[in-house]
Amino acid sequence: MKISIGARVEEAGSSIKYKTGGWRSYRPVVNKDKCTKCWLCYKYCPDAAIEKGKDCAVIDYDHCKGCGVCAKECKFEAIEMVPEVK
Amino acid sequence: MAWRIIEGNQALAIGAKLCRPKVIASYPITPSTHVPETISEFVADGELKADFINVESEQSAISACIGAQATGVRTFTATASQGLALMHEMLYIASGMRLPIVIGCANRALSAPINIWCDHSDTMAERDAGWLQFYAENNQEALDLVLQAYKIAENKEVLLPGMIAIDAYTLTHTFERVDVPSQAEVDRFLPPYKPLYAFLDPEKPITQGSFGTPEHYMEFKYSQQKAMEASKEIIDQVFKEFDGKFKRRYHKIEKYKADDAEILLLIMGSMSGTAKDAVDRLREKGIKVGLAKFTVFRPFPAKELIEIAKRPKVLAVVDRNISLGHKGALFSDATSALASMERRPLTVNFIIGLGGRDISPQNFYEIVEKSEKILKKGKVEKELEWIGVKKEMIP
Repeated sequence: MKISIGARVEEAGSSIKYKTGGWRSYRPVVNKDKCTKCWLCYKYCPDAAIEKGKDCAVIDYDHCKGCGVCAKECKFEAIEMVPEVK
Repeated sequence: MAWRIIEGNQALAIGAKLCRPKVIASYPITPSTHVPETISEFVADGELKADFINVESEQSAISACIGAQATGVRTFTATASQGLALMHEMLYIASGMRLPIVIGCANRALSAPINIWCDHSDTMAERDAGWLQFYAENNQEALDLVLQAYKIAENKEVLLPGMIAIDAYTLTHTFERVDVPSQAEVDRFLPPYKPLYAFLDPEKPITQGSFGTPEHYMEFKYSQQKAMEASKEIIDQVFKEFDGKFKRRYHKIEKYKADDAEILLLIMGSMSGTAKDAVDRLREKGIKVGLAKFTVFRPFPAKELIEIAKRPKVLAVVDRNISLGHKGALFSDATSALASMERRPLTVNFIIGLGGRDISPQNFYEIVEKSEKILKKGKVEKELEWIGVKKEMIP
């Protein structure tokens, strides 16, 4: 990838290409057995980084910044924040 | 071309007009007010086909120029002192977006205490902002440098904004004879502005000056530095081309009786005229003194300085500014540039003419006298000297 002159972005709707997952220090992990598919986490996620999966909520780790809002809002303790370790 | 008797502010305004900017946004501030005043008359009289935007502050003035230039047109503004300081954050945005805007800047001291007279603190405070900086000695240079600044700034290897600094009152409000080129002559020198990257096309919308994360930011700054380095060559080319067309030769550093000088004064701005006069009189007394005038301060002409500094034994760096807590800006940059020399001259810094304190030939006699003592002793005992400070007034 090459940078542009004057920090131009020439394509609309390109923010998805910018992966913010690297900002995360804690990752949300979904417990499939506890998830009731109520989709509260899906609604609360400020980064639209949760998808409605077939069996449970699915985190988009490329864009999840690890804010923990989903874990806080989940009424069924189905999301746990786990430290990111190398 | 035609001879006209004009003040420095008018020289900037006429210079800008000859470059056919499409948008001028400016806010009045002493001592640069006559620049937008004159340009607004050109626009009102139909002499210049452009939009003149009246704004509510200098921050808005430069913001309007950035916005307009980003659509793909040539822009101009003028300011001074507190006005330039108010533009500060936007100056970095203009250079980061690689917009070749040109500013005319009347050098005026910064408050407090409030002072509307000349020194170089305002533009020197912006020397890290990624702008090309040119300093004029007289009104002819003020006009000529505007024409050349656009040509340099818009070069595809450069694409950086440029600042023409002219001394408050000594130039801004002083009438001098100036050779004003014709529009046709300037058109042959400076072609219409064709934006390469920064322009507005509603069919193909783009983002300019976007987010630069830790993964990308350094590369942007590296590119700006690369452009600054590249501009050194372009400046020489443009100065040469200008000379070919207008018969006036500019140099990044102009030498005056410097070749056999033992004491060399490093000078900027309008005090160069006074200093040249002082050099002439001292030469009559047999003192081997010369002068080097910095027309370009950014990019810093380190290579040229090293060449000039090979012969003299003492460099007396005369700064009309002070970086409080250290020394003058020219001294700091000059000495760091000389550090790579195997045998470098002795260097001493003189602070002079702050807040419009008059600069006379006597001041330069004093500077040269002090430099002669350094020459005799072979060492610098006091690296920073203030010229003309009334010690009895200091509490």
